[in-house]
Amino acid sequence: MNNSVTNTARLLWAGLRALLVLTLVTGVIYPLAVTGVAQALFHDKANGSEITSDGKVVGSSLIGQSYNLPLKKGQETPDPDLQWFQGRPANGLGANSINTQYKLILSGATNLSADNKDLIQQVKDAKAAVVKDNSVSGYTVKPQDVPADAVTSSGSGLDPNISPAYAELQVHRVAAKNGLTVAQVQKLVDEHTDGRTLGFIGEPRVNVLELNIALKDLVAKK
Amino acid sequence: MGPVLAGVLQLLALIGALALVYVPLGTYMARVYSADKHWRVERWIYKGIGANPDTEMTWTAYLRGVLAFSVVGVLFLYLLQRLQGVLPGSLGFDSVNPAQSFNTAVSFVTNTNWQSYYGEQTMGHVVQTAGLAVQNFVSAAVGIAVAVALVRGFARSRTGELGNFWADLVRGTLRILVPGAAIAAIVLVACGAIQNFSGIHEVGQFMGGSQQWNGGAVASQEAIKEFGTNGGGYFNANSAHPFENPNAFTNLFEIFLILVIPFALTRTFGVMVGSVRQGYAILATMATIWLGFTALMMWTEFAHHGPALQAAGGAMEGKEVRFGVGGSSIFAVATTLTSTGAVDSFHSSFTGLGGGITMLSMMLGEIAPGGTGSGLYGMLIMAVIAVFIAGLMVGRTPEYLGKKIGTREIKLAACYILVTPALVLVFTAASMALSTPPHSMLNSGAHGFSEVLYAFTSAANNNGSAFAGLNANTDWYNTMTGFAMLLGRFLPMIFVLALAGSLAEQKPVPETAGTLRTEKPLFTGLLVGAILIITGLTYFPALALGPLAEGLAS
Repeated sequence: MNNSVTNTARLLWAGLRALLVLTLVTGVIYPLAVTGVAQALFHDKANGSEITSDGKVVGSSLIGQSYNLPLKKGQETPDPDLQWFQGRPANGLGANSINTQYKLILSGATNLSADNKDLIQQVKDAKAAVVKDNSVSGYTVKPQDVPADAVTSSGSGLDPNISPAYAELQVHRVAAKNGLTVAQVQKLVDEHTDGRTLGFIGEPRVNVLELNIALKDLVAKK
Repeated sequence: MGPVLAGVLQLLALIGALALVYVPLGTYMARVYSADKHWRVERWIYKGIGANPDTEMTWTAYLRGVLAFSVVGVLFLYLLQRLQGVLPGSLGFDSVNPAQSFNTAVSFVTNTNWQSYYGEQTMGHVVQTAGLAVQNFVSAAVGIAVAVALVRGFARSRTGELGNFWADLVRGTLRILVPGAAIAAIVLVACGAIQNFSGIHEVGQFMGGSQQWNGGAVASQEAIKEFGTNGGGYFNANSAHPFENPNAFTNLFEIFLILVIPFALTRTFGVMVGSVRQGYAILATMATIWLGFTALMMWTEFAHHGPALQAAGGAMEGKEVRFGVGGSSIFAVATTLTSTGAVDSFHSSFTGLGGGITMLSMMLGEIAPGGTGSGLYGMLIMAVIAVFIAGLMVGRTPEYLGKKIGTREIKLAACYILVTPALVLVFTAASMALSTPPHSMLNSGAHGFSEVLYAFTSAANNNGSAFAGLNANTDWYNTMTGFAMLLGRFLPMIFVLALAGSLAEQKPVPETAGTLRTEKPLFTGLLVGAILIITGLTYFPALALGPLAEGLAS
């Protein structure tokens, strides 16, 4: 009995020493070495691909933002600022509930199922809003023309992209709101549309933040 | 080019990349576990552990090593979280509560990486890199070690010796996982994944004001999270988060990382048992199931049945534009057919049948190709069962790789395949029968049941993905999924190592005209059939209440 207790203790001690040594290798040396190389070779990317406009950091090219008007009194959800291109809905985003000294954005999805009544309603409401917001004089959006990404929340809630179809659908509205011609705005969208990587990886996309920065520059030049 | 064709081409590119590294990586791994020489740094480590790496272990000694190392791992990770509030480098985050610390510690040590916490608001730098990421490495190395011990059981005869656990653990970590993860991490950073220690900081916004971001050693953790089939995200959104998975190329690259070791281990197995064609037969079985499931997933997701998806005009809820439906479908199948559980899109919002495919993938026992190590040993257990069934059909004593599958062997294999279904069904039934656990469901009806079934399927099979609407941060789920993970990891390992010991003691049976040719396509067909039928019969009633009911209604 005594013998087996000693043996077990000896075994656990070996296990602990193994864990500590491997923690040193994989939990200290490895992340520090990778950080060193990453910071030396890919400094901007390793720090979040920040993007500037007029000399100020306005976010990351990888992280989606909202382009809303300030919240009015009594309002729970702000209205979109239709001057700017709009990203995807983000109904799965949360705010931090613990360690509340910070105001962190919690990435996430809605996790609502395909037969969930709330999700059906969210999609219908979003579609109606997209149709209404983007129909301007001389250009009417038909419900069947609204692409799926315009009315669904992404997995992260931080999707930086929209589909080219959703960007094109917003061109007439953005042109009208900013006093630009449709051709000018269309050209901007075309310049900011990325195809599939190597022609087949992923889906074509438009980065909303980069597009809005370019739009802002164009408006400023006018 | 349409999205369907692009999806198929991505799948083909993935197959090409995996085929390219299959032989070199598989052969290299066989050499790692067969080499006589130790690296100098390894000698230092063995000195630190106080173990002689050349001592051969019986299956019981090997098992004791696995269990001792894992017990210490759980305790260490538990304490690290409980003490987070007073440790430096924790971003000022509080300590994690006891139930959640237990759940998370078990989760990472068992290679499950189920997360009942939100990464960005709960875990500081120290817990993430020195706690969670470390277990990403070593839990994967333990899995491979156990698989290698089983392979040695087939390869050796008239001995009780299965190798040395400490040597296998250290070599797997140092010679396979660390170099692979380091390269992968740099590739990810080059594509935009973040890698810094800047903590939480303010970043300006386009519309004015600012937002708070977590910095962190994300790329280094992301790399081993996929390469070691772990799956625990730095952020809550896991590999859907742009800082973990910035673009469509990294998405495909991460799928490659998930699959590469489990597939290549079949080559390692072939080399070590002296017949690479035996490895090809196992590979063909894994690949058949993987491709079949991926095709089914793409079909159902592109068809987007379900009222909300029909209203939206596509299955984009919970999916990122840059990956699209194709890339997300490939990822979802790869992550659930292995023990990974990372997600680049949220399975709860998939079509009813798509969600069902992710569950069925796990229920197969994660063997096509499965987790690092656990996939290979799980599949070899199924091969033993298939050989046994074939033996019954022709009335011969079954044998596999020159070893008799006798009473003891088949009992151990049968115990193995009973463990996880028992855990999944009992815990799910208990959760449904009690009064409070169902309150955790986000969705109602069949999908609500699926959330609970998914949770215990994921935990008992050590996957870690979720129908994440379920609020799993309750004492019931933290505790019960914790037990499901522990038992689902270590009971099967006990049976595997006992089987390995039993096989190693046998003397080889000479091959005769009546021997079942287990390297032939016929055997692959038999094996695929056995896997699908056994799993189907076990889980059909549960699946019928959840995903099938949802999928067929829409």
